[in-house]
Amino acid sequence: MNKKIWIALILLGLLAPFVVYPVFMMKLLCFALFASAFNLLLGYTGLLSFGHAAFFGGASYITGHLVKNSGLTPELGVLGGTLFAGLLGYLVGSLAIRRQGIYFAMVTLALAQIVYFVALKAPFTGGEDGLQGIPRGDLFGFIDLNQVYSVGGNPVALNLYYFVFVLFCLGFWIIHRTIHSPFGQVLKAIRENEPRAVSLGYKVERFKLMAFVLSAALSGMAGSMKSLVFQLASLTDVSWHTSGEVVLMTLLGGVGTVLGPLVGAFTVVTLQSELSSVGSWITVIIGVTFVICVLLFRRGVVGELGRLLKKSL
Amino acid sequence: MELSFQTVMSQVMLGLNNGAFYAILSLGLAVIFGLLNIVNFAHGALYMLGAYVALLGFTSLGPLIGMPDFHLNYWAALIVAPLVVGAVGIVIEKTMLSRLYKFDHLYGLLLTFGLALIIQGVFTNFFNVSGDPYEAKPEILNGAVNLGFMMFPKYRLWVIVISLAVCFGTWYVIERTKLGSYLRAGTENPELVKAFGVNVPLMITLTYGYGVALAAFAGVLAAPIYSVSPVMGSEMIITVFAVVVIGGMGSIMGSIVTGLLLGMVEGFTKVVYAPASSTVIFLIMVVVLLVKPAGLFGRES
Repeated sequence: MNKKIWIALILLGLLAPFVVYPVFMMKLLCFALFASAFNLLLGYTGLLSFGHAAFFGGASYITGHLVKNSGLTPELGVLGGTLFAGLLGYLVGSLAIRRQGIYFAMVTLALAQIVYFVALKAPFTGGEDGLQGIPRGDLFGFIDLNQVYSVGGNPVALNLYYFVFVLFCLGFWIIHRTIHSPFGQVLKAIRENEPRAVSLGYKVERFKLMAFVLSAALSGMAGSMKSLVFQLASLTDVSWHTSGEVVLMTLLGGVGTVLGPLVGAFTVVTLQSELSSVGSWITVIIGVTFVICVLLFRRGVVGELGRLLKKSL
Repeated sequence: MELSFQTVMSQVMLGLNNGAFYAILSLGLAVIFGLLNIVNFAHGALYMLGAYVALLGFTSLGPLIGMPDFHLNYWAALIVAPLVVGAVGIVIEKTMLSRLYKFDHLYGLLLTFGLALIIQGVFTNFFNVSGDPYEAKPEILNGAVNLGFMMFPKYRLWVIVISLAVCFGTWYVIERTKLGSYLRAGTENPELVKAFGVNVPLMITLTYGYGVALAAFAGVLAAPIYSVSPVMGSEMIITVFAVVVIGGMGSIMGSIVTGLLLGMVEGFTKVVYAPASSTVIFLIMVVVLLVKPAGLFGRES
């Protein structure tokens, strides 16, 4: 993709906290990374996981626990959460790739449910209340993430914002590099025609598993970021609603497009914050969006745009 | 802990009762999957809808139609709720699902997931999440019966018996009658069946309607036992998915037997090690995936 678009996006990200409500922006970055990581699996490998909340939420609990109860610095907390999600991804992935298509989706959903039960019952997760009051701490031991600066008269935790932004860029860059690497080409080949990829001598299972682990780890990183931003790891993060939401973000933005998950995350997060007053009607709105997406524009916003411009976005 | 025969048996029987629900629901999923090739994520929501038809028919229908003394009784609800939900299913199939058959099967899953969110969301807005009791249990099903080795609630026994009857009735129709042979042929090769002059699209519509009517039937059966709540379906559906993965959706009998067995295993786990009872089905799924990835009754494709 065009270099100019990248530079524009980075500038936008750097300047955003001066214009947009920063907590909204950080939430957006977390979910954008989550959706991009999910898209690596659905869009580029053709695997629909319905249990990605396990990695997102699981990592947010681990990060919360490491930072709050073990006193680790935030970057180590995020690292711990990411590694945990990668490991969990390895376990779930090895089981799930034994089945294809619809079964794959059901297996991931059911395995994620085990993680949900563990989060509900484990001694350190706080049960129904979740893990509350997670400290943000000092980055590398000396950069206070709670430090607020006055931006146009409003206190903004700029240190935290840029930490989250750098993590997002790192994750997004990894995904981008993966898609455009020879490894990514094999993933696309598997998506397009699995038997053909097998007959060409690729160990398809191995590629699927690697994609799954990578996607899980990066989803975990997004979850870790979220737990620092909101200082909370809750059951919602590991529930099937969250798994469904990330599917929606990707579908809405455009499955198999680089920018789609960003657009999808932006739309869903905006919907949620704008419509927070309607309470549980939000579930209905999300459901209706799902149905409309599936019935009317399966390519998603970016996919349709790309088709109009005859370009891959 | 002393494990008496009584305790074990009573939990296993209660488990069998849950298993009856798993069996009806996974049977419905299997019937739908066979012909439509989609996994109906809305199954849990339609099960919940069935329970609400029974509940509202009893409490609110009378006042609504200007006859405050009218209550839809339990027996009528067992017929009416599946018909209502079946009709909803037919509308869903005709207006939405039928547009998706030419695309990847995953879109069917995503569409029905969206529908599940809508139905559950609407009911969450109007009803209490913690649930409302359904108090129309008929007099004749109150109390307990002596099974020889234990006393067992009459209602739960009724649930087991009627569920088995419905399940095996469905099995008989599909595997042993002419109508069923059309269905099975449609599952194998819809194009060929069309060429013989069978109206396959109609058959698909009615199959979906029947599958979700089964879910509603289970919902009415469940209403007097569990409180009727908007989330009763979503809790159920994930477990039933695991049941379906364990059994494999290729076989009608397989899905019935797996449902019943897993219910009993779950009940048994409650006696042996209670904290594991909510996850035991998922753990069995893990083991089955390791040992026989296609599922107990599944065919390797």
